[in-house]
Amino acid sequence: VVAFGISFGVLARSAGIGPAAAIVFSGTTFAGSAQFAAAGILEAGGAVAAAITAAILLNARYGAIGISVAPVLGGSVWQRIVLAQLVVDESWAIAHLGQGRFDRGRLIGSGVGLYVAWVGSTAVGVLGAELFGDPEALGLDAAFPALFLALLWPQLRGYRAIVAAVLGAAIALALLPVAPPGVPIIAAAAACLVGLGDQR
Amino acid sequence: MSDAWLVVLVVGAATVAIKAIGPVLLGGRKLPTPMMSVVRLLAPAVLAALVVVQVAGGDRAIVVDERLVGLAAALVALLFRAPLLVVVVAAATATALTRLALG
Repeated sequence: VVAFGISFGVLARSAGIGPAAAIVFSGTTFAGSAQFAAAGILEAGGAVAAAITAAILLNARYGAIGISVAPVLGGSVWQRIVLAQLVVDESWAIAHLGQGRFDRGRLIGSGVGLYVAWVGSTAVGVLGAELFGDPEALGLDAAFPALFLALLWPQLRGYRAIVAAVLGAAIALALLPVAPPGVPIIAAAAACLVGLGDQR
Repeated sequence: MSDAWLVVLVVGAATVAIKAIGPVLLGGRKLPTPMMSVVRLLAPAVLAALVVVQVAGGDRAIVVDERLVGLAAALVALLFRAPLLVVVVAAATATALTRLALG
């Protein structure tokens, strides 16, 4: 997570996101893939609306994840709102006891640790970005796609996830020459509809 | 307000709301299965599209350049179960070296 946070800080800087904005982004959104997506679209010259839409689509999965952990996140409404923010892919996986049951202590403990590491390492990356020279000579433009591939990798579990990924990639490739920056990514989200056939 | 701040604030607020909605409103009830499957598949679909756009995106064109070498290096690193930072550094290094070689 620390390495990931530092890379986000560095890449945010090359996308024109200032240090304060990058740190606030990590502090409120606390979801790497959406933050990288928004920064990537801005860097490519995409519209603000496209960056926002793509990031929100990526985070929509937290709606489902939040529902799955709802039974262990009791307390007052405010407590539930705050505790829900600690749920990310990693803390969710750590707290999972199997058969859809979750451990409250592990979820909160790992969530707090991940949060501190994520926000702190973003600060290190974004403030240290100056140390890096010309982004293209260093091959940093290849760092973005490599990161997304690394984020996609663990998601490719099961036949439908792979179909959704291949379809999403095909839609994006087809629209790339004709649509404004960011739009191919949003259109590719339609590939998730292959989940409709899943009756498990 | 700059574009970057607008994105940061809107996405931040939306994510806080998305994360909170399940625990606050549903209290243990589940979404219908087909809807859960669709939401789960959003991430792989959008991430795959991001890979394609970031590696081959140009000014409204498909551009094949040194980035593709970097992505291949990243794939190899992933197959060897390398940590995230190694994957990204491998991609950047491969791209930078290819660029240097093609001069």
